[in-house]
Amino acid sequence: MCVVGIINYLFIYCWSCKGTRGPPTSGAPPVSGAQNYSQFGQGENQNGPPPMGAPPQRPPVSQPYTPGAVNLPGPQHPYGQRFGAPPVSMQHMTNQMASMQVGSTAPSPAGPGYAPPSVSQAAVSAPYTPAAPPTFPPASTASSQPLPTEALAQAPPHSYYGALPPVQQPFQNAVPTFSSAGPTQPQAPPPVSPQSFPQAPPISQPPFSTAQVHPGPTQSYRGPLPSTQSSFPRPPHPTSQPSAFPAGPPPTSIPSQLPGVMQPQPPVSQPSPYHSGPPTTSTGFPPQVGAPPRPSFPGMQGPPMASQGPPMASQGPPMASQGPPMAQANHILPTQPGMPPGPINASLSGPPPQPGMQGYPPQQNGAFGQVRGPQPGYTGPYPGQPNYGAPPAAPASAPAAPKRLDPDSIPSPQASDMPPVQKTRHRIDPDAIPSPIQVIEDDKANKGSEPFTTGVRGQAPPLVTTKFQVKDQGNASPRYIRCTAYNMPCNSDMAKQSQVPLAAVIKPLAPLPPDETPPYLVDHGESGPIRCNRCKAYMCPYMQFIEGGRRFQCGFCNCVTEVPPNYFQHLDHTGKRVDCYDRPELSMGSYDFMTTVDYCKNNKFPQPPAFIFLIDVSYNAVKNGTVGIVCQELKTLLDYLPRENPDVESNIRVGFVTYNKVLHFYNVKASLAQPQMMVVSDVADMFVPLLDGFLVSVSESRVVIESLLDQIPEMFADTRETETVFGPVIQAGLEALKAADCAGKLFVFHSSLPIAEAPGKLKNREDKKLVGTDKEKTLFQPQVSFYNTLAKECVAQGCCVDLFLFPNQYVDVATLGVVPTSTGGSIYKYTYFQAPSDQERFLNDLRRDVQKQVGFDAVMRVRTSTGIRATDFFGAFYMSNTTDVELAGLDCDKTVTVEFRHDDKLSEETGALMQCAVLYTSCSGQRRLRIHNMAVNCCSQLADLYRNCETDTIINFFAKYAYRSVLSSPTKNVRDSLVNQCAQILACYRKNCASPSSAGQLILPECMKLLPVYLNCVLKSDVLQPGADVSLDDRAYLRQLVSTMDVAESHVFFYPHLLPLQKLDVESMALPMAVRDSEERLSRGGVYLLENGLNIFLWVGVSAQQELLQNIFGTPAFSQIDPNMTSLPALDNPFSKRLREIIESVRAQRSRYMKLMVVKQEDKLELIFKHFLVEDKSNSGGASYVDFLCHMHKEIRQLLS
Amino acid sequence: MATYQEFIQQNEDRDGVRCSWNLWPSSRLEATRLVVPVSCLYTPLKERPDLPPVQYEPVLCSRANCKAVLNPLCQVDFRAKIWACNFCFQRNSFPPSYAGISEVNQPAELMPQFSTIEYIVQRGPPTPLIFLYVVDTCLEEEDLQALKESLQMSLSLLPPNALVGLITFGRMIQVHELSCEGIAKSFVFRGTKELTPKQIQEMLGLMKPATSGQQGKPLAPHDTAASCRFLQPVEAVDMNLTDLLGELQRDPWPVPQGKRPLRSTGIALSIAIGLLEGTFPNTGARVMLFTGGPPTQGPGMVVGDELKTPIRSWHDIQKDNARHLKKATKYYEALANRAAVNGHSVDIYACALDQTGLLEIKCLSNLTGGHIVMGDSFNTSLFKQTFQRVFSKDYNGEFRMAFGGTLEVKTSRELKVSGAIGPCVSLNTKGPCVSDNEMGVGGTCQWKICSLTPATTLALYFEVVNQHNAPVPQGGRGAIQFVTQYQHSNTQRRIRVTTIARNWADAQSQIQHIESSFDQEASAVLMARLGVFKAESEEGPDVLRWLDRQLIRLFMFHLRRSPFLQVFNNSPDESSYYRHHFVRQDLTQSLIMIQPILYSYSFYGPPEPVLLDSSSILPDRILLMDTFFQLVIYHGETIAQWRKAGYQEMAEYENFKQLLQAPLDDAQEILQTRFPMPRYIDTEHGGSQARFLLSKVNPSQTHNNLYAWGQESGAPILTDDVSLQVFMDHLKKLAVSSSA
Repeated sequence: MCVVGIINYLFIYCWSCKGTRGPPTSGAPPVSGAQNYSQFGQGENQNGPPPMGAPPQRPPVSQPYTPGAVNLPGPQHPYGQRFGAPPVSMQHMTNQMASMQVGSTAPSPAGPGYAPPSVSQAAVSAPYTPAAPPTFPPASTASSQPLPTEALAQAPPHSYYGALPPVQQPFQNAVPTFSSAGPTQPQAPPPVSPQSFPQAPPISQPPFSTAQVHPGPTQSYRGPLPSTQSSFPRPPHPTSQPSAFPAGPPPTSIPSQLPGVMQPQPPVSQPSPYHSGPPTTSTGFPPQVGAPPRPSFPGMQGPPMASQGPPMASQGPPMASQGPPMAQANHILPTQPGMPPGPINASLSGPPPQPGMQGYPPQQNGAFGQVRGPQPGYTGPYPGQPNYGAPPAAPASAPAAPKRLDPDSIPSPQASDMPPVQKTRHRIDPDAIPSPIQVIEDDKANKGSEPFTTGVRGQAPPLVTTKFQVKDQGNASPRYIRCTAYNMPCNSDMAKQSQVPLAAVIKPLAPLPPDETPPYLVDHGESGPIRCNRCKAYMCPYMQFIEGGRRFQCGFCNCVTEVPPNYFQHLDHTGKRVDCYDRPELSMGSYDFMTTVDYCKNNKFPQPPAFIFLIDVSYNAVKNGTVGIVCQELKTLLDYLPRENPDVESNIRVGFVTYNKVLHFYNVKASLAQPQMMVVSDVADMFVPLLDGFLVSVSESRVVIESLLDQIPEMFADTRETETVFGPVIQAGLEALKAADCAGKLFVFHSSLPIAEAPGKLKNREDKKLVGTDKEKTLFQPQVSFYNTLAKECVAQGCCVDLFLFPNQYVDVATLGVVPTSTGGSIYKYTYFQAPSDQERFLNDLRRDVQKQVGFDAVMRVRTSTGIRATDFFGAFYMSNTTDVELAGLDCDKTVTVEFRHDDKLSEETGALMQCAVLYTSCSGQRRLRIHNMAVNCCSQLADLYRNCETDTIINFFAKYAYRSVLSSPTKNVRDSLVNQCAQILACYRKNCASPSSAGQLILPECMKLLPVYLNCVLKSDVLQPGADVSLDDRAYLRQLVSTMDVAESHVFFYPHLLPLQKLDVESMALPMAVRDSEERLSRGGVYLLENGLNIFLWVGVSAQQELLQNIFGTPAFSQIDPNMTSLPALDNPFSKRLREIIESVRAQRSRYMKLMVVKQEDKLELIFKHFLVEDKSNSGGASYVDFLCHMHKEIRQLLS
Repeated sequence: MATYQEFIQQNEDRDGVRCSWNLWPSSRLEATRLVVPVSCLYTPLKERPDLPPVQYEPVLCSRANCKAVLNPLCQVDFRAKIWACNFCFQRNSFPPSYAGISEVNQPAELMPQFSTIEYIVQRGPPTPLIFLYVVDTCLEEEDLQALKESLQMSLSLLPPNALVGLITFGRMIQVHELSCEGIAKSFVFRGTKELTPKQIQEMLGLMKPATSGQQGKPLAPHDTAASCRFLQPVEAVDMNLTDLLGELQRDPWPVPQGKRPLRSTGIALSIAIGLLEGTFPNTGARVMLFTGGPPTQGPGMVVGDELKTPIRSWHDIQKDNARHLKKATKYYEALANRAAVNGHSVDIYACALDQTGLLEIKCLSNLTGGHIVMGDSFNTSLFKQTFQRVFSKDYNGEFRMAFGGTLEVKTSRELKVSGAIGPCVSLNTKGPCVSDNEMGVGGTCQWKICSLTPATTLALYFEVVNQHNAPVPQGGRGAIQFVTQYQHSNTQRRIRVTTIARNWADAQSQIQHIESSFDQEASAVLMARLGVFKAESEEGPDVLRWLDRQLIRLFMFHLRRSPFLQVFNNSPDESSYYRHHFVRQDLTQSLIMIQPILYSYSFYGPPEPVLLDSSSILPDRILLMDTFFQLVIYHGETIAQWRKAGYQEMAEYENFKQLLQAPLDDAQEILQTRFPMPRYIDTEHGGSQARFLLSKVNPSQTHNNLYAWGQESGAPILTDDVSLQVFMDHLKKLAVSSSA
C-alpha cells in the first residue's frame, strides 16, 4: 500500500521539482565548481540554487550544490570520484530518463541531479518509488541541470536512484501500462497527487495486494533467478500462476484467514503501488534488481502477484524474481484486494506448502544471491543483471521445504493469549513473513552503491546494514543522526494517534570512513560562534539571511538577529550569501566551531586532559592474570593515546593507581630513578597524595613508567588481600583530576564486589527469587546512593569512567555501573576471565578504548524548531536540568537517543529542524563545539509518516526506553507496554493508511514490516525476559550497554548476523547472504558464523562437509574440532584466509572485540548459541517470530475492533 | 665536719641531689615558715664514671606498699640474715642468693659510698632503640637540603641495630616504608583529618596481628614483622634511607600567594605516635620532629594559612585572641600523654625565623623528656651541631640518652612528696608517701620520664608532715629514696637507686643550723622552677605577684627579669623554649639561665667574672656572656676600633691578638659541651647584636639616672626597667613593712 501512495507522492514532488528546477538547469555548467562546493557545503545546497528563486528553501538544497561548486574551488576527491561514478549512473539515468521523457538535457545530469534536487521532499518518496525515480531524474535534470556538476555530484549520491530509475524505466518501458503509470505520473501527477495519495494507495493496493508476495518468495525468486536461469521458470510460475501463488501467498495469506496470522506475501503494500502501476511488476522488479531501493521491493510484491503474470512474461524472470522480494519486504499480509486475496487466502490455508516451497527455496537462494546481485548490479546494468548475478550465489539449493515450519510443531508462545481458534489455524510459513534478511539485502541492493546525499529534507538514509557513502549537503550524516521518522507529524494529535516515537539517535563524534571528510573546523573569531539571539542556536544552513545580509532569521525560533560586521556578506540574487559555500556552517550539516574562553569552565581555557589507570591488585585480579596483562599492555599502549594530529605527540597525561583495600598512587616523575608508591589507606575520606609526578607526560617519564609497570605485577604477586574497595577508587581519580584542574578519563580494572569497609561498600544482593516479581526493578537500581552522588561530582569535573570488570561472581554491575553510565563511560565485563582465552578480547577492547577519539566535559543540547521539543534523553550521561545532556566524556562510540514531543504545530513548509550542539574539550585540550543539523519533513498525512520511518531506529529507541523502564516498572509491564505501543502503531496504520481489507489480514507498513520481528527480539532479550542462566550482572550489563548503542549496534545486537559459510565464495569480496536467525535455517551440513556485536559464534553442523572442515579447522573430522578454540587456525588455504578476513572485518566494525566461540551442533554449548537464534522460541519463554506475529496481529485486531 | 659547702658538693657529686635545706625542720609548721619548701634537685642519670653497675636485681622491701630498695641506711642483722626497711621498718629476710653476706662481706648496696647504685636487670628480649624522623617538607629549598644532609649524617651516628623510621609531612603525611626494594613505598594521610590510633594502625596495616594476638604482646614476632616495614634497623636500610632522604622533595602542593604552606604537623605527630604505639609500646623510642613553620591545618593547627593573619603573640594570648591556642594545646597534650604512656619521647627541632608553634607543641617534649631546639634555620651550625650532639656518646661510648624511665620516690614517714617539676608525667601512683598538697606535678610518687640524659634534672618538692606536737627523736634522720628504672641506650634495662638522708632539726632550737644548711643556689633554682611551672599554667602577672610575695627575702632580681617569667620581647615560642630548658637542666645550667655569667677580658689581668651590670661594659674590655641560650662576645668600643684597624695582624701586637682569641677559646669550650648549642654571637660596641648583652645586664645606668651620665664607667642602657639598686631599695622597704 505504501508503495502506491508513495509513487503518487513522488510524482507530485517530482513535478514540483521539475517546475522549480527547470530554470536552474542552465546553471549546470559549472560542474567542476559544483563538485568542490558540494564538499564544503553539501548542506546548503538549497540556498545555493539561486536560480530556484521560487522555491527558496527547497531549491536551496539543490542550488547550494551548484553554487557551492562554484565557490568552492577545492576539488576534492569525493567529487572526483563522484564524477567518475556519475557517468555511469548518468547514462543509466539518461536512458531511463529518455524513456521517461525527460529527454531534455537528460543527459545532463539528469540522473544525478534529479534526485537530490528533487528536494528533500522528493527524497522521501524517492526511496519508495522506484518507479518514481525516473521522474526525478528528469526533474533534477531540469532543475539541477544548471550545474552539471551538481548533477554529477548529486548523481552519485542518487546513484541509488539513478540506478533505480534505469531499472525501473526499462521495466516501465517494458510494461507500458505500468511504466506509463510511473512516468505518467509525472505528467499526471497533478491529478494524482492531491487526492491520489489517499486514493491512490488504495487503488494501487488492490493490485498490489494481489501481488502479495511473501518476502520469502521474493527472495526465492531472486535466488532462483540468479542461481540458474532455469530457476526462472519457477519464478515465473509463481508469479505467473496467480492461483498457484496464492498458494504461495497462502502462507502469508493464512494470516488473512486466520485473524492472527500474518500474511507475508501480500504484505507489502508498496509492492502494490508498483503493481498497480505497472503492474508493472516489471517496474517493481527492475527496481529491485537495479537496486532501486525500496521501490523495487514494493514493486516486487505488487508485481509478482498481480501483474506478475504479465510482467513475468514480458520481462521474464527478472521481474518475477524481483517482484517477490518486494512483496516480502512489505509484508505479510495478503490482503490482496483483488484476486490474490481471495485465492491466496484460500490457497494459503490449503496449499501453503507449495507456495511455501516455492517461496522458500527462492528465498534462501534469493537471499544469498541478492546480496551479491544488487551490489554488482549497481555499477553495471541496474536492472536485471545484478539480480542475476546475485542469484548465482543463491543457487544454493534452498531446501525450502525442509525449513518450513511445521505449523503444528510451532507452539504458540502466546498461546494463552491467542484465541484457540487461531491456534488451530496456526500454520504460518516462516518464509512468508517479513524477512529481515530480505529487507537488508534489498536495501543494500538499492542504496548501497551510490552516495547518500543529505541535502534532501525528509529523506530516509540507507539502512545501517548497508554500506554507503555520505555526502554532507546540509544535514547531518546518518552516521551522526538517525531519526525514527523523517516525516514528522505536524501536530501532536497525529503523533499521539500514530504512537510512532519521534526520536533521533545521535552519535555526535561518530567516526567516518576514510572516504568521507570529517567536519570542518569553523572559527568565528574572538566573539565566538554566531548564534541566534533568542534561542541561541548556532549559525547553520537554516539561518535565513535577510535585509541584504545584515540580519539573519533563525530557522528554529524565527528571531531576527543582527549579523556581526565581521561576518557580514552580501547576498546574491537568490537571497543567499555569496560566501555560502566557503563556509561550512552555512552549507553543511555537521561542523565544528572553535570556541572562546566564554565557553570554558570557570572562564579559563582547559588544561589538556589526563588518563588515569586504576588497577585492582587484589588476590583475584592477580590470580586471573589481569594485573600482569594490563601492565604489560600499557607499556605499549601508552604510545597510542588519542591525539588530533597524528604527527604530534598526544598531550594527554597519564597517572597510575593500584588498589585493593587501600589505594596506591605512583609518583612517576621523570626525574626519579624509580617510581614511588604512595599508599592511601584512608579510604573513608579519599584524597590525592601527590600532585607533581602523578600525572605525567608519557614521553618524558617513559623510563619510570616502564619500570613501574614492570614492578607492579611483581609487587603484588604474593598478595593475599582479597577485599577491594571501589568508590574510593573513583574518588581518587576524581580528586586527582580536580587537583590537576583538568578533565580526563579513568580506566578502572576491577575484579570483585567491593566489600571492604569504605564508602560505596556493597553487599551481595543477588537474589534470583526476585526475578519476575514487582521487586525485580530493584535489582537494576543501585543498592546505595553513594555512586549517584559520586557520578554527579565526576560529571562536574569532566571525569569520565571506563570500567573493566573481571568478575568471578556477582559484582553488582547495576551499582558499579552507575558512575560509568553517568559520565559517558563504558563498561566492559569479562566474566570468569582467563588469560589464555580472554586476553585477546580484553586487550583489543582496551586498546580501542584507550585510543579512540574522545571529548571531555561535554555538554550537549538539542535545539529544535518551534513546535517540537526534545523531551527525553537516553544514553550514558548526566542531566542536571531538563535540556542539557552532560557527558564527562564523550567518545566516538557513544550515542544519545533523544525523544521529541510536540508542544505546538509544525509547518509542512518549513519542516522540523533540529540542531544538536555538543560543547566539548578535545583530546588536545581545545574547547570546541560540534554542531549537527538535521531537517526532516513534516506531514499532515499519517501515510507520509509511515512511509518515512526507520524501523531500526525505532527499535533502538524502544529498546532504550524499555531498558530504562525496568528501573521503575516491573519487567512484565514494560514488555506489555512495548507490545501495546507497537500494536497501536500498526493498528493506526491499518486504520488510516492501509486499504480496507479483511480484518484477518495483517497489514504492515513497508517501513515497519520488520517491527514485529525486531520488537520480539527486544522483548525476549535477556534484560526483559531472562533465562534461568542469565545472571543479574549480565542483565545489568546489557541494560547499560544498550543504552549507548547506536542503531547499527542495536540492530545487530537484537537481530544477530548469521552467515552461512558453506556459501562463501572465496573469490569474491562479497559476503554470502545472511540467513535468518532460526534454527530452521541451519543446515546440518553447513558452517555458520553468527555475530551480535558482542560475540562471534562459529556453528558447525554435524554433517558439515569434510572439505569445509578441513579448510577451516585443518581437520576433516567433526569430532576432532576443539570447541574451546578461541581463534581459528591460520591455514594456508583461500577459504581459511577469507574466513579469517571476514571475522576480522566483522570485528573491526564493532566497538567491542568479539571473542570467537566454536559451537558444534548438538554440543552443550549449542544452547548458548541457540539463544541468539532470535526468530525461534527461546528457552526463557520468548516467543518465536511467527508466534509473536500472530500475537501482534491479535493485538492489532483488538485495537481496531 | 666539713662545711656545708663541701657537704653539698659531695652529695651532689655522689647522688646528683641538691637540697634546698640540708637540715630539715622537724614539723610541718616550721617547714611552712621557711618559705622555701623542703625540696631537692635530682639528676637521676648523673654521670658516674666511678660507679660500675651491678649485675643483679635489687632487693626490695617485702611490704606491698613500700617495696623500698635495700640501701646503706637499712639496719642489717647479718646473723639472722634480716634487714629492716628504713622507710617502713618492715623486717625482711635476705633472698637466698645473699646467704653469704656478713659484716665483712657486704653487698655493694649496703656500703655507704653506694648510696647511689645502679642495677642491670635483664627482663625480656633487648629492644633496640627507635628513632622516628618526622620531617617537614614545607621548607625552603636551602633549608630542606641542609636538613636532609643532617639527617643523612645522623644515620651514621645511630647504633647499627637501632630502628629508624621516616615520616614526612607537608600538606599530606607520608609514612615511608623502608623495607621494600625497588619502588619506594609510602603510606599517605591527609593532614586535615584526625584519626584514632586504631585507625592509624589499621591504615598502616599494623592491625592484622591484633586479631589473633592480644594487645598486651607488643613484641610478638609477627607484630615486629609488620612494623618493620616502617621501622628498620639502620644497618639494613642505611643506603635506602639515604637515597630516600636524598630524593625528598619539597612539598609539591602549590602555595598561593598570600598563604602559608599547609603544614600538617598535628596529624604527622599523631601518626608517628600512633605508629609507635601500635608497634613498640613501652619501648624506648624517640620521635624527632623537624619543622620549619607552624602547623597550618588540621587538628593541632596553630595558625591559619592566610598570611594576613599573623601567628599569635603574647599580646593576642593575653587578650584571648589566639583562637587556635587552646584547641591546639589540648590536642598536643593528649598526644603527649599517649606518647608518655608508651614511653616514647618527642624531640622538636624547630628552625624558622618566625614562630613555629612551640608554645602549643612544647608539651610533647616537656612531658616526654624530649629535646626542643629552636633555631633560625636548619642551615645553621646551631642546628647542625646541636643535632649531632643529640647523638653524642659518653665515656663508655654509649649514647647519652636513656628511655622509658620511671622515677619512684619513697620517703620516711615524716615526709611526703608533693610533686615534681621536670620533663615528666605523673603515673598517678598513690602511695603512703604522697602528699595531698601538690607542688608541680603531684598526687603521685611515680613519674614517667620517657627520655633522660645525664643532665636531666627534676625538682622534687616535699612536705614535712610531722606534727609539731610529735617531735622527731633527736638525731633522727629523714630519708628519701629515688628509684629510677630506665632503658639504657645499650638496650639494657637498668635501675638506679639513690637514697639520701638528712637530719631533722628543731627549728626553734636549731634555727641557726637550719639557716646555715640553706642551699641558696638550689633554692633559687627550685623556686624558679616553681615560678616557671606556675607561669606555664597561670597568668603572667599573677605569677610575678606570687613570686614577689614568696621570695621577698630572696635574691631574685634576675629571675624576675628573665624570659622564664617575663614574656615581654619574647614570642610565645621563645618563652616556651626557654622554660622548657629551664625545667630540665641541672643546677649549674639553671643558675646560668637565671643569672647569666659575664666574663671580662682585658690587658689588665686574667679573665675575671664581673658583675652582670651595665657598669661592666667598658671600652677596653672584651666581654663574654653566657646566658645558656646565647653566648655573646662583646668587644668594647676601643677594642673594636683596634680590631677594625687590624692591630691583631701586626706582629708587635701579638698580645692583642691573644686577647682577642682568649674569649673565643673559652666560648668554644662552652659550645662544645652545651646542649642545645647556644646561639653564638660575636659583636661589638654599637653592633645590633649587642642587644643580647644589653638586655641582660643590670641597668644600673640608664638614660634616666643622669648623674651617671657622661662618666666613663660603663654603658647606659636605654630601658625603663628598674635597676637592681632600685629593686633592692624597694625590697628593703617592703621587707620591713608589715604588709609582707
